[in-house]
Amino acid sequence: MSNNVKKFFIFIFVLSSFAAKAQQQQSDDLLSLVDKEKPKKEYVKYAFKSSRVINGQSMEFISPGTMDFRILHRFGQLDQGYKNFFGLDQASMRMGFDFGLYRNLMIGVGRSTYKKELDGYFKYAPIMQATNGGAPLTVALVGGITMNTSPWADPTIQNYFTSRLAYYYQVILGRKFSEGFSLQLSPTMVHTNLVQLSSQPNDVFALGVGGRLKLTSRMAITWDYYHLFNGREKGVNYDPLGIGIDIETGGHVFQLHFSNSTGMNERAFITETTSTWSKAEIRFGFNLSRIFQIKHNKSRG
Amino acid sequence: MKRLFVFLSITILAVQIQAQDKYFTKTGKISFDATTSKSPENIDGVNKTAICVLDTKTGNLQFSVLMKGFEFERALMQEHFNENYVESNKFPKSEFKGTITNNASVNYAKDGTYPVKVKGSITIHGVTKEIVTDGKIIVKAGKINAVADFSVALADYNIAVPSLVADKLAKTASIKVDCVLEPLK
Repeated sequence: MSNNVKKFFIFIFVLSSFAAKAQQQQSDDLLSLVDKEKPKKEYVKYAFKSSRVINGQSMEFISPGTMDFRILHRFGQLDQGYKNFFGLDQASMRMGFDFGLYRNLMIGVGRSTYKKELDGYFKYAPIMQATNGGAPLTVALVGGITMNTSPWADPTIQNYFTSRLAYYYQVILGRKFSEGFSLQLSPTMVHTNLVQLSSQPNDVFALGVGGRLKLTSRMAITWDYYHLFNGREKGVNYDPLGIGIDIETGGHVFQLHFSNSTGMNERAFITETTSTWSKAEIRFGFNLSRIFQIKHNKSRG
Repeated sequence: MKRLFVFLSITILAVQIQAQDKYFTKTGKISFDATTSKSPENIDGVNKTAICVLDTKTGNLQFSVLMKGFEFERALMQEHFNENYVESNKFPKSEFKGTITNNASVNYAKDGTYPVKVKGSITIHGVTKEIVTDGKIIVKAGKINAVADFSVALADYNIAVPSLVADKLAKTASIKVDCVLEPLK
């Protein structure tokens, strides 16, 4: 046997023993043999428990194929004392139905007792926050219309149907920073066809700041504030601010809160919040949300 | 002489590479049911993207399941499962690593159904527990079907069941495994 051949034989022997060793290691972690894929891009979900922060829209969408039945109540001012049971004797409500069409599109309708107002809106997100190289934030667009159906204030004059209408447009820039903390900014414009006073502008511009801080997996603190850039008259209307708690129980989400606004659609709470926190004109309110599955989940087979 | 060695060495290497004893799938089906007998709605989920690898030579068996891959009848149930119960963002995967203890009694070369005992450790919600269960290996036309049925107590894995849903959500979940494995190339 020549020296070279010997060397080669040893080389092969060493090599094959390495190979055997490698196989031994592999058998300890078989999964690594197949699970080599990089983590996939995944849309960030559940930034808020509900599709509303408190009054305003949140960056969250309800799942496609579901309907959200929402009952909203706003009571009278707490400072009315025992005579009106701290405002609970007076209630204003809105009943609404929201529908999830796609993961990034939902529509809804509702009716409020305040001004007997009907409202409808759509919410669409061209960009959604995602993990692993996805977008860092969600950009959602909201467009809505409200219609005052109460009798004309003065039936003796010529009244126009368009006078009943108002529109609102909103961009929501939101991010779920961590499991427990979400924050969003929402520049908003409300256009009212017919305003009550000549001093009031038809177009009101506002910036909303909404957030959520999770306390436990089923409870969170929320806040919802809108700053008005115009159309705010001292002693007439104020910036709406709501602070609340989201509580999740099985199939319901309860949003209990204190706020200075009565309105439950964008036109009403942004342009017609007539109470102020500074005078302790606060009212209790709650949103009750019940999700119904309408469409069968096909991917389950 | 030199040529013979080269030939022999190459043959040895080739045999080592060719030996086919690992089987796998990325579309294994794992389902669970945690419905109480009185519950008006079914609390169950199906995952059809379970990863499973079996080494027929050693009997080593491993599973990996993405918790977000469980599909539910109701979207809200899926949200609660991920957000409140298994906390999928914190603990994205559940894993099982174990062995078929009676691997020698399974003839992977011959079609048939073989009862097996599986022993190993299962990790759910960040908690690892030892587990022993009965299962079946069904060999058919070069594919291996691994089937098992077992149950886990939710409390063992720190999954809390609030009293409000205790009449619907059972304290133990029965888990069904059904994976068709193909040769790993």
